[in-house]
Amino acid sequence: MRYALLPVLVLATLFAQKQADTKPLAEPAAVNPQSVPDKNNLLGLPPVPIPANNPQTPDKIALGDKLFHDKRFSVDGTVSCSKCHDDKQAFTDGLPVSVGHHGLTGTRNAPTVLNAAFNQSQFWDGREPDLEGQAKQPLINPVEHGLADHKQVLEIIRTDPDYLATFQSVFDVSAKKLTIDHVAKAIASFERTLVAGNSPFDRYYFNGKSDAMTDAQIRGFELFVGQGRCVSCHTIEQDHALFTDNRFHNIGIGINQIQQDIPRLTQAFLEAKNKGGQVDTMVLTDKKSSELGRFAVTDELSQIGAFKTPTLRNVELTAPYMHDGSLKTLKEVMVHYNNGGVDKADERVNDFLSGGIRPLNLTDPQLNDLVAFMKALTSSWSGSKYVNPTPTQAAN
Amino acid sequence: MSTINNSRRNFIKTAGALAIGATLPISLVELAFAESSQNFTFAYISDAHIQHIKDNRFVRNWDRGLIRAVAETNLLTPKPDFVMFGGDLAQLGSKPELDHGAEILSALHGNVHYVMGEHDYYLDLGEYWGKLFGPQYYSFDHKGVHFVVLNSIKTYDDWTFKRWPTAEQRMLEMAGLDNPNGSPFMVGEEQRVWLKDDLDKIDKDTPVVVFSHSPLQKIYKGWNFWTEDADQVQALLQPFSKVSVIYGHVHQIQYNQIGNISFNSVMATAWPWPYPQAYAQAEQYLPKLTVPMNRADPFFDRDATGWQFINMANGNLDLNYTLYNNTSRIVRYNTDKKSPEDVAYQDEKARIVPQTHY
Repeated sequence: MRYALLPVLVLATLFAQKQADTKPLAEPAAVNPQSVPDKNNLLGLPPVPIPANNPQTPDKIALGDKLFHDKRFSVDGTVSCSKCHDDKQAFTDGLPVSVGHHGLTGTRNAPTVLNAAFNQSQFWDGREPDLEGQAKQPLINPVEHGLADHKQVLEIIRTDPDYLATFQSVFDVSAKKLTIDHVAKAIASFERTLVAGNSPFDRYYFNGKSDAMTDAQIRGFELFVGQGRCVSCHTIEQDHALFTDNRFHNIGIGINQIQQDIPRLTQAFLEAKNKGGQVDTMVLTDKKSSELGRFAVTDELSQIGAFKTPTLRNVELTAPYMHDGSLKTLKEVMVHYNNGGVDKADERVNDFLSGGIRPLNLTDPQLNDLVAFMKALTSSWSGSKYVNPTPTQAAN
Repeated sequence: MSTINNSRRNFIKTAGALAIGATLPISLVELAFAESSQNFTFAYISDAHIQHIKDNRFVRNWDRGLIRAVAETNLLTPKPDFVMFGGDLAQLGSKPELDHGAEILSALHGNVHYVMGEHDYYLDLGEYWGKLFGPQYYSFDHKGVHFVVLNSIKTYDDWTFKRWPTAEQRMLEMAGLDNPNGSPFMVGEEQRVWLKDDLDKIDKDTPVVVFSHSPLQKIYKGWNFWTEDADQVQALLQPFSKVSVIYGHVHQIQYNQIGNISFNSVMATAWPWPYPQAYAQAEQYLPKLTVPMNRADPFFDRDATGWQFINMANGNLDLNYTLYNNTSRIVRYNTDKKSPEDVAYQDEKARIVPQTHY
């Protein structure tokens, strides 16, 4: 029992220190004037997983912060990580698909970095296992940062004495021995600080504040775990909620538009991959190949058109929705699910649709309640120097 | 280019190579087919249980399972030489069910052979099924292999013709599990005579593959995982040096070896058996033949269902199971042990512990 208590005590100490500078920045008060936000940014979250080979240190986090916002790491000097993961837009970009160097567009919607630390895999298709692996890919993707290779990243760092000094002190590594993995570790450490719980839902569910959610949100929550079947993939545990099962599902987004092309696409994709083609380049530069989803990573037929379940935390702030940004509002999302995996009820369901996606027979008021509940998942987030996002840009 | 990029390439290549066999067999062309032109693959879909509700409404879940298996089968590379459908296309043997199922199956590319299941049969004793799919038992030769299809779900004439006031009731009685009014499946004398005659013309070194709906072995009578005259059918097959029996009906992965005969089951596209333990209302007597499957997730309609492609190399079968929400599995004939075995789970110690339901 003593050992079990230890992490709780450590966390409690951590929270006590953070409480001093806490103030609610999203606006739960507007949602429900009666609720008094609990002053715990991590309410409703499990402990942040920190890999043994990349412990958090304040200097490393600061270094990652700087790297994350540095536009020099791109072929035209305009693209930083924060271009598509914008601090002011809940670490997304508000666009259907992201824009890289020289205005080139990719094929996928920028997922929020908020709580990405908890993901068991990164990218919509899960092609990297962790934040460190994720950080390395966009730098050399032809439609993102556009650098030719990771050497160019290191060369840029070597021209900057400040960077060199910081890498030396954080990693004890000389300019010569510096590798892209050091860069990735620093960025990942920074990203592990971007965690946010403490939403009205958390105060309602984990702190027992019955007035933390509105009546519509409470009805929406009941639908979320009941008739809507949402909770089967967007999971809620007894003592925390990440709203993702970390699995991959074909829910009829994107794939519906390329059904006739699938035999040709799967064949061509595997042939290209066997000849050494790189998955990240292939899926971000070809819209149709992108829709193959998790299949592109695993070659498994059962994962055609399947994408990772994203967290729903702060979903109010991260429109547009789905891996291709094709749904503008949360209401459109609800309609899609209510139709059983098609945007319009009479559309053809794709052959590879995941089991579990089926018509839900929800009424329009019920769909509205579900949307209301989504807005109960917005964090009252504090403790960061960043201006906190406001839910205005999401036109729900 | 940097070494980093090269190593990324290598990683992806390696990862791709590992995936082969468990998934889309794009490289089977090189791996298995390079040695002999007699090696080939065929796909196997079974137990769709298409169920009519009324008017033009059918149970969506069963529809989706069959539609998905058909679509995925069409993506196999290299293309399978033919596709088997292993029986129980319908739930209660009606025309709407058989028609609807046949329509979904019509999307399959290439040649399809059909096996009769009890759910197809006991309404009109196979009459409409025969109009759609042809004879109930037959044989054909392909690339040096002799294939036999049997209707193994017949039973005693007394039960079939004299027991029930209506055809509908007969169908419902046979569809039930642990039903004291049920009756054991059998191939029957007519087909055994035909089989003996058919096999007499075949050289004993020719690989023989028999397709039946029920297991041509006796596993569990209460669920008709059973064929009453299995021993007599086996006796006709034993003289051949390489014999394989593939059956559906059991909705789970089983394999066994009796003498020269290898037995493999195929998965259902509709639902899994055995039912989750949590649903059992009494002690279960199912023999411990199978690798326990994780409890089927009640949310994911496709969990613990699947289909398979079958690699026929040197007269022996490798069954490659595509299982939704589960790891793909391969049951391969082990030429040293002379029996089929799961390539990943053959050791008791290596087995996945069944999930405990709380």
